[in-house]
Parts: sequence; C-alpha cells; structure tokens
Amino acid sequence: MIHLASPLLLAAVLAGCGVYGVLARRNAVLVLIGIELILNAANLLLVTFDVAYADRLHGGQVLTLFVITVAAAEVGVALAAVLLLFRRRGDVDLQRARDLAERVDVP
Amino acid sequence: MSARDVLFVALGVLTAAAGLLAVSSRQVVHAALWLVTALGALAGCYLVLGAEVVALVQVLVYVGAIVVLVLFALMLTRAPIGRSADLDARWPQRVAAAAAGGAVAALLGTTLVLAVGGRAVAVDEGRAAAEPLARSLFGAWALPFEVLSLLLLAALVSALLLSRERGER
Repeated sequence: MIHLASPLLLAAVLAGCGVYGVLARRNAVLVLIGIELILNAANLLLVTFDVAYADRLHGGQVLTLFVITVAAAEVGVALAAVLLLFRRRGDVDLQRARDLAERVDVP
Repeated sequence: MSARDVLFVALGVLTAAAGLLAVSSRQVVHAALWLVTALGALAGCYLVLGAEVVALVQVLVYVGAIVVLVLFALMLTRAPIGRSADLDARWPQRVAAAAAGGAVAALLGTTLVLAVGGRAVAVDEGRAAAEPLARSLFGAWALPFEVLSLLLLAALVSALLLSRERGER
C-alpha cells in the first residue's frame, strides 16, 4: 500500500522548482534544466495515476515513456539552438538577447 | 505508514532538495549535477511505485543521455567554472519567479491532495512488469510508438541543420 499524498506533493514541488528555474535563470542551459524538472513532475503524476487507476492499456506508464522520448528530442533541438546562439553572440545570456524578443509598441 | 511510504518519502525529500538546488545553485556545473541527483532519485521513486520499466528508461534516457547533452552544452558554451553572479536575474525578477513557482506548487499540491490525496492504493508488482507493459506498448500503442520514431528523426535532422548553420558575430 502506498498513500497518494506524497507522490502528488512531490510532483507539485518539482513543478514549482521548475517554474522558478525557468523564470529566474539567465543562462539558457539552466532554463532548460528548469524545463526538465517540469517535465519530470508531469511524468511522476502520470505514473502515480497509472498506479492509482490501474487501466488495462497501461496508459500512464506508456505515456511516461513517450514523454521521456519527446523530452530527449526537445533537448537535442534546444541545445543545438543554444549552441547557435552562443556562436552568434558569444554568450548564452537570455537577458542580453533582447533582439530575439517580440517587439511591443506601447501606445 | 507502510514501508513503501517511508521509502517514497525518503527518496522524495532527496528529489525535492536536489531539484531546489538544481535551480538555485550559483555554479553551473553543480546545477547540472544536482539535476542528475534529482532525476536518479526520481527513478527510485518510480521503482517504489512499482513502475520498473519507467525507472529503467528514466535512468537510461534522462540520466544517461539528456544530462550528458546538458553537460556538453555547458562545456561548448564555455560555462564559467566556479561561482558566478550573473546566472540569475536581478532580485525583483527573482522574487516574482519565486512567487510564481510557489503559487504553482501550492495550487497544484492543494488541488491534487484535496482531490485524491487521501487514498491509499495497493502496488501490484506483477502488473507493471516488463511483459504486460511491452504487450500494451507494441500492441495497442504501436502506431503512436512508430510516429515517435518519426519525431526523433525530425529532431535529429533539425538539430543537424541548426548546428551546421554558420553563425556570424
């Protein structure tokens, strides 16, 4: 027997950590680390609910495997983009990459 | 509290602490290594939940491949060795980010715990073993599985294209 409260709380804490990392970091690679934490929180929720509502198709665990694969693809492309940013600008500081931002005209 | 509960809480505290350090460490390489700790402990959590295949894939793909990619990116972007002050944004943005992260954690935690937190479920060891999971993955989920390989191919090609582009300063 396992109580569901502890996995659910852990997923919430991981998601909160990830959101903080994405919003507060300036280094692009560290932003990616935050995204990985958010993805892992989602994975933990999928596995927890797969254990809780044992369905015939193993939906939760299969979807977790899919999310892990998609995360691997995402990280590959994202790191290639980060390396391109570094080659163009000489650093990966997202606060200094202002010209990548959407231009907002304040009326 | 069963033995599984105690084990999960221990691994969960380790995961949460390592995750917090991964997003707050002042040294880039340490942040990546704390991410390894968090992902490995999370694989242990999956084992406690009875999902052994997912735990193995987590170790193979996340700890083995993704973290190595992140470390490579840190090396190739000449990440500073030692403490550096400009990894984080200035303090107003940090406070706002902490508020947003805390709000996400509180909202998600209270909603989930109020919804299903009181339940205790039995972990069926045989249910999530490799064989029934493989039957389901290569039976009912075969088409999404094949589409996933197309996605990986597309990601491979686009990463190649992005890294072949000459950057001009």
